[in-house]
Amino acid sequence: MHPVAESLNRRFPNVVTGSREALGDLTVYLKENGALDVFRALHDDPEFHYDYIVDVTSVDYPMDPDRFEVVYILYSLPRRHRIILKIRVPESHPVVDSIVSIWKGAEFMEREVYDMMGIQFRGHPDLRRILMPDDYDEGYPLRKDFPLVGKGWRDDFSFVPKYHEGLPPLPRGSK
Amino acid sequence: MEAMEKEKVGSTTAETPTIRREITLSTLRQAVLSGLDSSIKTEQFLLNMGPQHPSTHGVLRVLLDLDGERIKKAVPDLGYLHRGTEKIAEYRTYNQIIPLTDRLDYVSAMANNYAFVRAVEKLLQLKVPERAEFIRTIVAEMQRIVNHLFWLGTQALDIGAMSVFFYTFREREVLLDLFEKMCGARLTTNYYRVGGVEGDITRDVIDALYAFVETFEGHIKEYNTLLETNRIWLARTKHIAVITGEDAVNFGLSGPTLRGSGVDYDLRKYEPYAAYDQVEWSVPVGHNGDIYDRYFIRVEEMRQSASIIRQCLDKLPEGPFMTDDHKVSFPPKGRVMHNMETLIHHFLLVVEGFRTPPGDTYCGTETPKGELGFYIVSDGSGKPYRMKIRAPSFVSMGAFDHMARGYMIADIVTIFGTYDIVMGECDR
Repeated sequence: MHPVAESLNRRFPNVVTGSREALGDLTVYLKENGALDVFRALHDDPEFHYDYIVDVTSVDYPMDPDRFEVVYILYSLPRRHRIILKIRVPESHPVVDSIVSIWKGAEFMEREVYDMMGIQFRGHPDLRRILMPDDYDEGYPLRKDFPLVGKGWRDDFSFVPKYHEGLPPLPRGSK
Repeated sequence: MEAMEKEKVGSTTAETPTIRREITLSTLRQAVLSGLDSSIKTEQFLLNMGPQHPSTHGVLRVLLDLDGERIKKAVPDLGYLHRGTEKIAEYRTYNQIIPLTDRLDYVSAMANNYAFVRAVEKLLQLKVPERAEFIRTIVAEMQRIVNHLFWLGTQALDIGAMSVFFYTFREREVLLDLFEKMCGARLTTNYYRVGGVEGDITRDVIDALYAFVETFEGHIKEYNTLLETNRIWLARTKHIAVITGEDAVNFGLSGPTLRGSGVDYDLRKYEPYAAYDQVEWSVPVGHNGDIYDRYFIRVEEMRQSASIIRQCLDKLPEGPFMTDDHKVSFPPKGRVMHNMETLIHHFLLVVEGFRTPPGDTYCGTETPKGELGFYIVSDGSGKPYRMKIRAPSFVSMGAFDHMARGYMIADIVTIFGTYDIVMGECDR
């Protein structure tokens, strides 16, 4: 096991649920409850020193009981090491703690996750949509149940075929 | 500079004999320093800037909370160029996504292609032929020069120095012509492939590149004579949009924006890829973290890029420019019609693309604007299950409010410029 994963496992046995090393990346799985303490330790503790935030993103697995996976990618400049952390949240309560108080750069990243996937961040200073319009109420575009085409303004035009309803019948005489 | 000007006003008025005038000026100064409290009656107002504004580098909108001409708060409003690249990518095979990445940062398409194919190669654990690695390094550095020339021209144009633009675009044109020779396109290049590059680098391109790097140093000196001691340029860039190294790291800034603050984070050095560990070069780092330092770094990076190109051309090995693993790359066309297995490979690559093993990976690449990362989740099919683009421009905009506060409205434009922001990448 990677020393960082081992150390995290020892210090936060109730939060860390597992770890994996693949393709040169270290991935640590966390529980939502108590994850903020892990992040704080990862940033502040000289043992870890993950001072650089690379990204916050999310993945949708509609078939799983815990539907959404929030993915955090951190980098340690002094130790030159990258770590990926993952938290699973259910669709009924898609809420995780915001890490803006630790990495200020997370503010826009978390807003984007909220905008695209509908995951809420507890304690975020300004949780609004960021890429979609403020008043957009069609849902969250990067969820797997959001269609690629045929939702939104297209539906306002009666002459545009609706993709989810199938194509209109061909006119008579055509092959 | 603003503060320095205040200083001058203060010192000249101290010599004037009338006491009454001095008092008013000192109250004014006090008020400015303490963020304009009750001593002077001013009006606070909200100003909308963009999305249609000639200096916002595309369709960027900012809401400015102003106190006189000073910025109290700046709220960027993004998404005017949001095209849903990440969503579209979930429905495309990996090879079909490469042209999509051209449209992210449309002034340095090669760098985007590279960042994407590197992420896919990491997922496939694919080894790229050595000649391809060198060609990729050369082209990536050409793109860096193209991008920085474009940046230098437009940044100077934003500030009011028109002539720099003509000079930088003259050299940019030379490189864009070479891109055209290599892949048929100047901007949306679509040149990199998973496993190599689309075409080999030819003798005339090599000769033209040698000639370019030979004269380029002189051209950089030419730009510097226009800017380095230009009073307006100095006044507009020195001590503007200062950010400390600690804050810059905390905000996740990358590229020249981060290195201007004295942090030497460059993925080409931190996690060497391609041929970067086989050539001699250095990472320029600033001290003050202001716009001038970031300008200085970009100019220095162009020099380093030219040097990397020259060294790579000297060492350019012979061999294939594309992997011979035909599960990933197209087999030679001549063999497709004669060999059953090659025909199947060709057919499968066109119809469903190559399959990647299930799993996920993050791969960051140092593009001219900073760390462009692709986080790809694969479910074992020929299309990514989820693809997240970590765009440096988007992350930089997160620090915009922090960096713009306290400066003047006119500085807003220079701060956009110093990020080297491109909205195609920011909104994706």
